[in-house]
Amino acid sequence: MSTVAIVGAGPAGLRAAATLADAGLRPVLIDEAPRIGGQVFRQPPVPRQRPPSALYGFEAGKAQALFDRFAALQGRIDHRPDTLVWQIEDRTLHLLQHGRADTLRVDALILATGAAERVLPFPGWTLPGIFTLGAAQIALKAQATLIGPRVVLAGGGPLLYLVAWQYLKAGAQLLAVLDAAPPDAPRRALPGLLARPAMAAKGALYLAQLRLAGVPLQRGVQLLRAEGDGRVQRLHWRQGATDHVTDCDAVAFGHGLRSETQLADLAGCTFDWDELDQAWLPRRDAAGRSSVAGVYLAGDGAGIAGADAAELAGERAALSLLQDLGQAVDTGRAAMLERALRPHRRFRAAVEVLSPPPADWAAQTGDELVVCRCEEVTAGELRACVRDAGTHELNRLKALTRIGMGRCQGRMCGAAAARLLADAAGCALSEVGRLRSQPPVKPVPVAVLGAALAQSAPVPPGERDD
Amino acid sequence: MTTRPLLVRLAGSPGRPLPFTLDGVACTGVDGDTVLTAVLAQGDRLRHTEFSASPRAGFCLMGACQDCWMSLADGRRLRGCSTPLEAGMQLLTGRPA
Repeated sequence: MSTVAIVGAGPAGLRAAATLADAGLRPVLIDEAPRIGGQVFRQPPVPRQRPPSALYGFEAGKAQALFDRFAALQGRIDHRPDTLVWQIEDRTLHLLQHGRADTLRVDALILATGAAERVLPFPGWTLPGIFTLGAAQIALKAQATLIGPRVVLAGGGPLLYLVAWQYLKAGAQLLAVLDAAPPDAPRRALPGLLARPAMAAKGALYLAQLRLAGVPLQRGVQLLRAEGDGRVQRLHWRQGATDHVTDCDAVAFGHGLRSETQLADLAGCTFDWDELDQAWLPRRDAAGRSSVAGVYLAGDGAGIAGADAAELAGERAALSLLQDLGQAVDTGRAAMLERALRPHRRFRAAVEVLSPPPADWAAQTGDELVVCRCEEVTAGELRACVRDAGTHELNRLKALTRIGMGRCQGRMCGAAAARLLADAAGCALSEVGRLRSQPPVKPVPVAVLGAALAQSAPVPPGERDD
Repeated sequence: MTTRPLLVRLAGSPGRPLPFTLDGVACTGVDGDTVLTAVLAQGDRLRHTEFSASPRAGFCLMGACQDCWMSLADGRRLRGCSTPLEAGMQLLTGRPA
């Protein structure tokens, strides 16, 4: 039997696994987390289990259905939790499981690597107490804790109001919700949002309940800086021509989502610039096939579309994989999945209207901003490199300044660095290139790297970095 | 610890207590805590940066940013947001002398 692996046990990966198992394969489902669910349906550690209604709100039914379907697959899939894929060489996955190195040779691979937040930082963002919106949610969902006690939520997009609502329900001291989107964004987004009426209605309910509870909701906000002695104590922000200061203990912010594409890059996939996501994304057709034979893409890791779309795309990609292995598949079902995915694209465009990157972010950013959390590289250093070395390309900027070279491998700073480079070089964001992914995508012990290097062929001169 | 914590536990979230130390000070976490949760429910920092010794307390909590790596007294390193707290851990923030 063919060895088929899926990376990521969120909605896309789980649905793909179920589809392959139902067709008689025994897929290997690899995931970094100890329990299935991905970020959206993240499960607490076993000692902290709470009922799905307490964890997932309106989505509890969907989460439970996914978990039930997974439970029914026991024995028919090879689930490997707590496992990182840190390199892909041709068809060999390099794994790190509980500190142990392993490799897995696969005949076909579905990448369902999900998303993280798009972060456009402001001065002081490295202070303790400042987190992503997703982090604020994980603290609550997975650990039954709140950041705070006095908390400000900022940025934009559906996650801003979802987290605000969840924090409100949990009894947090929510001082303010500061939305970067302009005041007319909801009106402009409305037609697209109605492509998924139930989802739009949930958003409207969150807003209504926040207003009813008296939580200050501000739009058109620019975050100026955070200050504090060893931790955040004040957030300075601007709305229109007026500057404000809010005393607080914690801030969570984010500007929409960003696809995790590093493994697709290591797998050799072709990337295209995506104007909507404002990012380079691995090319995929409507059936989930990438540019590399035997590599399939599904879910937010190949373009932001949300959990419902991820499930549909996971099944669609799995059907393509089965077809390519020579199995008969239900083509009517495949066509239905592709049709069902279309409204998600319209909805997604509207969500981008609600979570725009802050206007003129790069131009308004001062030289003192620490762009890179890992290596503490400032905006001024990046600009100096553009000015003095004439750098116009992101990987060159990385080589010269170490931006994107640290432990996060550009996951946190990449969006910001590309914007600063484009602004300083006077070109479009799509023209500065994209950070090439390098193994290991996340830190692994040196002994693990050494063992892998001892087995690998040397890198051909043409593929070496300069 | 005299510092105010960055994480507040929800009321009515019981669990078996787990003892650990933070920079040599005896602390108590709860079974099911990550290392990050246990430390930030006591204080306001996990580590200090290599370059400027500024305090950090994690950022993404999902294993992406790598800003929550801590040291154990025996020299091992761990990522705070994805490592379960174990009884007896001797955690260090690398507080500058």
